Amino acid sequence: MDGDKIVGGESTGGAGGREIRIVTPLTDEVIESLHAGDRLLITGIVYTGRDAAHKRLIALVDEGEPLPIDVRGQIIYFVGPTPAKPGEVIGSAGPTTSGRMDAYSPKLLDLGLKGMIGKGSRNEAVKEALKRNKAVYLGATGGAGALLSRRIIASKVVAYEDLGPEAIRELEVKDFPVVVINDMYGGDLYVEGRKKYERKVGP
Amino acid sequence: MRELDVARVTEAVATLAVEACTYLGDDLMAFFQKAAEREESETGKDILAQLLENAKLARDTNMPLCQDTGLAVVFLEIGQDVHLVGGDLEAAVNEGVRRGYTDGYLRKSAVADPIGARVNTGDNTPAMLHTRIVPGDKVRVIVAPKGGGAENMSAIGMLKPSQGRQGAIDFIVDTVAKAGPNPCPPIIVGVGLGGTFEKAAYMAKHSLLREVGSTNPDPRLAELEDEIERRCNALGIGPAGLGGITTVIDVFVEELPAHIASMPVAVNVQCHSARHKEVVL
Repeated sequence: MDGDKIVGGESTGGAGGREIRIVTPLTDEVIESLHAGDRLLITGIVYTGRDAAHKRLIALVDEGEPLPIDVRGQIIYFVGPTPAKPGEVIGSAGPTTSGRMDAYSPKLLDLGLKGMIGKGSRNEAVKEALKRNKAVYLGATGGAGALLSRRIIASKVVAYEDLGPEAIRELEVKDFPVVVINDMYGGDLYVEGRKKYERKVGP
Repeated sequence: MRELDVARVTEAVATLAVEACTYLGDDLMAFFQKAAEREESETGKDILAQLLENAKLARDTNMPLCQDTGLAVVFLEIGQDVHLVGGDLEAAVNEGVRRGYTDGYLRKSAVADPIGARVNTGDNTPAMLHTRIVPGDKVRVIVAPKGGGAENMSAIGMLKPSQGRQGAIDFIVDTVAKAGPNPCPPIIVGVGLGGTFEKAAYMAKHSLLREVGSTNPDPRLAELEDEIERRCNALGIGPAGLGGITTVIDVFVEELPAHIASMPVAVNVQCHSARHKEVVL
C-alpha cells in the first residue's frame, strides 16, 4: 500500500508494508506514527553498541555518572563491524542478536533512548520500556553485513576504543533500511509474521 | 613417509579463513535463488533477494558477508602416512588464524576469561581445532568460521531411550522453534544422534560441512532429515524471522551407536552465512 505522509518523515510507498523515511534524532511524534511492519529508511546519526559497551554504560548509570554519549532521542545499533580496509568507511556491518542487550536496554530507554536496531526477539521488560518511553525496536537483515555497510557514509569511534569491535561508534547513515519489529503500542512483527505462516503438520 | 611442513598448514588456514568469510558457496547462492521464487511471504522473498545480493557483493568486493566472522573452527584430517615437520601443528594452525583474521580484515571475536573479564584475545585465536587421523598421505584442511548468534541457539539433550524417534524429532523442532528469529534464519540444522555427550555435539557440528541439497546416503536418515525439515518449515518463522515458509535451508544428520542407557541428541544451529572452505595438501 502507498504510505501516508507522516510528521518528521516522508513516505516513499513501495510493495509490502509502508516505506517511510525518517531522520534522527527521533521525536515522540515520529515514534507515535510508527507501527510493527513499517519499513524505514533512516538518515542521520546512529550510535553503535553491543555487549561490552552496554555493560559499561549501565555501570555508569547505576553509579549516577554521566554517559560518554547523550542517548536522548537517539538510536543505538547493535553491531560490531569488521575492520575497515584502507579506503573503506567501515567493514561488514550487520546487526547482532539483540536479546543479549535485554538486561541493559530498559535503563537506556528510561534515559530517553528512542530506538534500537538489531535482530531477534526482545523480552517483556524491553517491550514494556518501549511503551512507557515511546520508543521502537527496529530489525535490520541479519547476515547482510556487506550490503548494509553501503548505507553507512561515515564512522568514528566516540568511546571505549579499547573494546575494538565493541567500541561505541558514531555512524552517519543514509537510507539505512530497517523494519519496525516492536512499536510503542505493543505490536510485534515476529509474533504476527510467524502466526500468519504457521501450519499444522502431522508427525 | 611423506613429509609436510606445518608452514603449509598455516598458509592454508589463513587463506581459507578469508575465502570462507567472503565467498559464499554456490550451493547456498542457488538455494537463495530458488527459495525466493517459492517463498509465499513478500517480505520473505525480499529478505532472500537481499541475502543473494549481499553474497554477490561480498564476492565482488572481498568484504565479509557478515560482520560476525566467527570463531575459527578448523578440521584437520591427517593421513597416517604423513610426517608433519617444521614445528608444533597446533601452533601452526593458530598462526594461520592470526594471519587470516588480521591481514584479511576479519573481526576478532574471541574473548578470554569467558565468565569474567572477557578480554579480546586480539587475533581471534585459539582455533577450535578438531583433528582426525585417516588413511593416506594427504592432509585435508577445512576452515568453518562459526558466528555466535546461531551457535547460541544450539542445544544438546540427553534424552531417555523411551522417548524414541518422535522424542528426538520433537527436541530438534523445539530447539528451532525457540531460536525463532535470533539465529538469522533460514538456518541449517546440524544434528548429532547417539554416541556420548561430546561426540553428539561434534557430529552436529561436523554435519554442517555437507553440501546444501545433498541427500544422506542412509535412506533411514534421509527420511528423518526430510521429516524434520517439513516440521521446521511449518513453524512459520521464515526469512529473518519475519514470517514465511522458508525457515530451514537443510537438515543434516550424523549418527553413532549410543550407550544402552542413553539417547543423546545434539542440535547445532547454523545461520544462512554457512561458511566453510577446504583444501587438500
